[in-house]
Amino acid sequence: MSSAEGTPAPIILSANRISKSFGEIPVLFSVDFDICPGEVHAIIGENGAGKSTLIKILSGIEQPTSGSISYDGQTVVLPPNGAAEAMGIVLIHQEQNLAEHLTVSESIFLGREIKRFGFLDLRQMRARARAFMEMLHVHVDPDARINTLSVADKQMVEIAKAISRDARVLIMDEPTAVLSVAETQTLFEQIRRLTARGVAVIFISHKLDEIMELANRVTVLRDGQLIATVGTEALTPDSIAQMMVGRELSNLYPPKHEPDVDAPVVLAVHNLVAKGVRDISFDLRKGEILGFAGLIGSGRTAVAEAVVGLNHRSGGDITLNGKPAHFARVAQSVDAGLAYMTKDRKGKGLLLNMGLRPNLTLLTLNKHLKFGFLDGSSEARALERAVRRFDIRARDAAVAVGRLSGGNQQKLMLGKTMESEPDIIIMDEPTRGIDVGTKQQIYHIIAALAAEGKSIILISSEMQEVIGLSHRVVVMREGRLAGVLEGAEITESEIMRYAAGIKQSEHHDRISA
Amino acid sequence: MTASAPDTAAKPARAFRVDLKTVGPLLALALLVLLGISLNENFMSYSNLTNVLARSSFIGIIAIGATFVITAGGLDLSVGSMAAVIAGVMIMVMNWLIPTMGIGWSVVLAGMAAGILLGGVAGVFNGLMITRGRIEAFIVTLGTMGIFRSLVTFLANGGTLSLNFEVADVYRPVYYDGLLGVPWPIIVFALVAIGGEIVMRYTAFGRYCAAIGSNEQVARYSSINVDNVRLLTYILQGVLVGVAVLLYVPRLGSASSTTGVLWELEAIAGVIIGGTTLKGGYGRIWGTVVGVVILGLIGNILNLQSLISPYLNGAFQGVIIILAVLLQRGRRTS
Repeated sequence: MSSAEGTPAPIILSANRISKSFGEIPVLFSVDFDICPGEVHAIIGENGAGKSTLIKILSGIEQPTSGSISYDGQTVVLPPNGAAEAMGIVLIHQEQNLAEHLTVSESIFLGREIKRFGFLDLRQMRARARAFMEMLHVHVDPDARINTLSVADKQMVEIAKAISRDARVLIMDEPTAVLSVAETQTLFEQIRRLTARGVAVIFISHKLDEIMELANRVTVLRDGQLIATVGTEALTPDSIAQMMVGRELSNLYPPKHEPDVDAPVVLAVHNLVAKGVRDISFDLRKGEILGFAGLIGSGRTAVAEAVVGLNHRSGGDITLNGKPAHFARVAQSVDAGLAYMTKDRKGKGLLLNMGLRPNLTLLTLNKHLKFGFLDGSSEARALERAVRRFDIRARDAAVAVGRLSGGNQQKLMLGKTMESEPDIIIMDEPTRGIDVGTKQQIYHIIAALAAEGKSIILISSEMQEVIGLSHRVVVMREGRLAGVLEGAEITESEIMRYAAGIKQSEHHDRISA
Repeated sequence: MTASAPDTAAKPARAFRVDLKTVGPLLALALLVLLGISLNENFMSYSNLTNVLARSSFIGIIAIGATFVITAGGLDLSVGSMAAVIAGVMIMVMNWLIPTMGIGWSVVLAGMAAGILLGGVAGVFNGLMITRGRIEAFIVTLGTMGIFRSLVTFLANGGTLSLNFEVADVYRPVYYDGLLGVPWPIIVFALVAIGGEIVMRYTAFGRYCAAIGSNEQVARYSSINVDNVRLLTYILQGVLVGVAVLLYVPRLGSASSTTGVLWELEAIAGVIIGGTTLKGGYGRIWGTVVGVVILGLIGNILNLQSLISPYLNGAFQGVIIILAVLLQRGRRTS
C-alpha cells in the first residue's frame, strides 16, 4: 500500500486522508494518494468509484470535505477554478476544453497572450507554439484551426498547452478513451518524454493493458474507498480487475440461454454499404444476442444507423422477417418493430431539460393520443410501468432528466426504446458511464429480453460485456466485418486479433474479393 | 456515486425556481395594473381596457405563432413586413374584385381568404428555405423581411394603398364592433390563444416543437420528422399573420411601407417576456399572451400619466425585455 520501490525522488503532490461528500452523499472515504516527479500513477476503478472526484480534488477544482493536500512538502489549499495551473498542476479534462475556432497557437496562449506595446505579439506566440510542438515531436501547424485537427492532435495541443504552463503535475482523465491504438502509442511516447523531464503524470483509464504498459504505480478505488496502491510489476490485469470489482466478474452476467438451433432469422443484412460502412453482411436470429465488437470508430454505430434509416444507405439489402425492408426514415423501422438505442444519451437520447414523462413517450407519442389530443394519464401510466420494470429512480417525475444519474438516464432511455414494443433492439453501448450495480441490472434485462424471444444486437466497447452476454460476436474493423465468432471462440484475445487486424475471416475475404 | 450527487442538491433549488418561473410574468402584470389604477382612475374603465387589448391583439396573434416557431428553436423576423404585404395585397384584391362581385361581404371574405392564403404561402417559403435549403432561420427571415417590405413599397408605388371607401364601410365592424360589447379582435385573440395553448400542451405537434427546440438530434433519433414539424411552425406563423392582418385592415383601411414596422420585435419581445426560452425547448402560450398585454399596458400607462414623456415607451419596453431575460437566466443557475 505504500509507495513502490525504485522511486527515491521526493513526493511532489500528495493527498492525505481525503474525504469528500456532496450534500449528504459521501463519495470518497479517507483516501491517501501520492506521486513523485517523473512517475506515472494510474487511478483505476469502476464508474462511480470516485476517480473523477479524486482528481478534481488533486487539481483544486473541488475542495475536500476533510483531509489535506501537500504540494512540495507543504500543506496547501489548492485554489479553485483551475487556478492551480499557475502552481504547475494541470488537469486535462475528459471532454476536451479547446475552443474549436481558434488556431493552435491561439489555444496554447489563451488567457496568457504574449503582448508587445499592448498588442498581441502574434509572431512570437506562433514561434513559441511551434517550439512546443517540436518538443513533443508533433507535426501540427500552429496556424491550423482546432476544428480541423484529429482528436489525437487536439489532445497533443492540450498537452502542449500544459507544458507551456510549466506543468509539474499533469492529470489526465481517460486520455485514451477516444484514441485509436496507434494514437494511443503516440500519446504514451509523449508521456514518457514528459516523465523523463521530471513531470509527474496522473492518469485515469479503464484499459488494464494500457495501465500495465505505462504506469509505475496503480491506485485502485472502489465505492469511494482506497483499495490498494501497488507497483505495476506486482500486478496482472486479472488481479487489478479483481480489486476493482471486488467479486468474481462472472457473477456480473446472467447465464446464457442459447436460442433454438432452428430459430428463424429475423434480420438479415447483405452487403450493406453506407458512410463509414463497407460491405457488411450478418444475420440475427430470434432470441439471439449478437455482439458487435471492435475498436472505437470501427463503424459499428454507422451500421446500426444505416440499418434503421437514420443514415443514408448507399447499397445492400435488408431483410426483416423474411421480407425485404427499406427504411428511409427512423419512424418506419420503429413501426416495423426494429428500435435503435443510441450510445449518446445526452446528445441524441434524452431531452435533458424535460421531465421523465415527455422523454419516455417521445418515440411513441401516437400511442398516447385520445381524439387527437395527448392523454396525460395514459402517459403517466406508461411512466409508472417503466419505472417499475426498469427500476428508474428519480425523486419525482418532474425533475429534469439531465439531473438524474447516468444509470437512471440509461434505464429511462431503455424504457423509452422498449415503449415502441420492438422485436429487435439494437443497443449501442448500453452501459457506458454507469456504475457496476446498474450495469448488472441492465445485463439481466438484456438477457431476459432475449429469453422472451426478442432479438438483440449489442454494440459495446467493453469487451467483457460482449463476451459475457453475446451468443455470437461480429467483430468490425475500419468499416468492414473482420470476423464472426461463436461459442468457445468468443474470447478477449480472439476478438482483439480480429479487431486489430491480425486475423481476417476467410469468409469475408471471399465476399470482398 | 458522483453522478447521483446533484439529484439531492437540486431539490430545494428546483421548487423555488418553478415557482418564480410561473409567477414571474403574472406578477409583473399585476404590478402594472396596480400602477395603472394608482395613476389614473380611467385606467380600469371598460373602454380603456378594451382599447388596450384590441390594439394588442394584432401583435398577440402574431406572437402566438412566434411562440411555436421559437419553441421549436427557430425565429421569424419577417412577420412585420409580411403583415404589410398581406395588408397591401388584401386591399388590392378587394378593390380589384369590386367590378365583378360588387360591394358587399363577399368581397371582404374573398380578401380575407387571400390574406390568409398569402400568409400561408409566405410561411411555406420561409419554412422550405430553412428546412430543405438548410439556411439559418435568422438569415432566411432577415432576407424575406427585406423582400416583403420592399414589395409593399413597390405595390403602393411608394405611397399608400387605400381600400375602396364603400367596402371599407362594410368591413369596419370587424375591428370596431364586437360580440356582447367585446371587440372582435379581442375575441379572435382569445380564441387563437386558447387554441394555441391546447395545441402546445395537448398535441403531439406541440410536444414535438419543444423536443426539436430542446435538442434536434434527440428529436431525430426519436423518429420525429424534424423538417416537417419545423415547416409547419412557419406555416402556422404565416397563417396567424394573415389572421392578424384581416383584423387590422378595417381599422385604417389602408396599407403603406410603414405598416407593421417593428411588429416582429414586439412579437418576439412578448414571447420572451412570457417565459418562452429564445433558444427553444420550452414555450407557453399563456405566457406570451401575458407578455404582449404587459407591453401594451406600458404604452397605455405612459399615455395616461403626465410625469414621464410617452415618447419613452420604447425605452420602458426595452428595460422589461432585458429584465425578463435576466430573471430567466438567474433562475437557471440558482
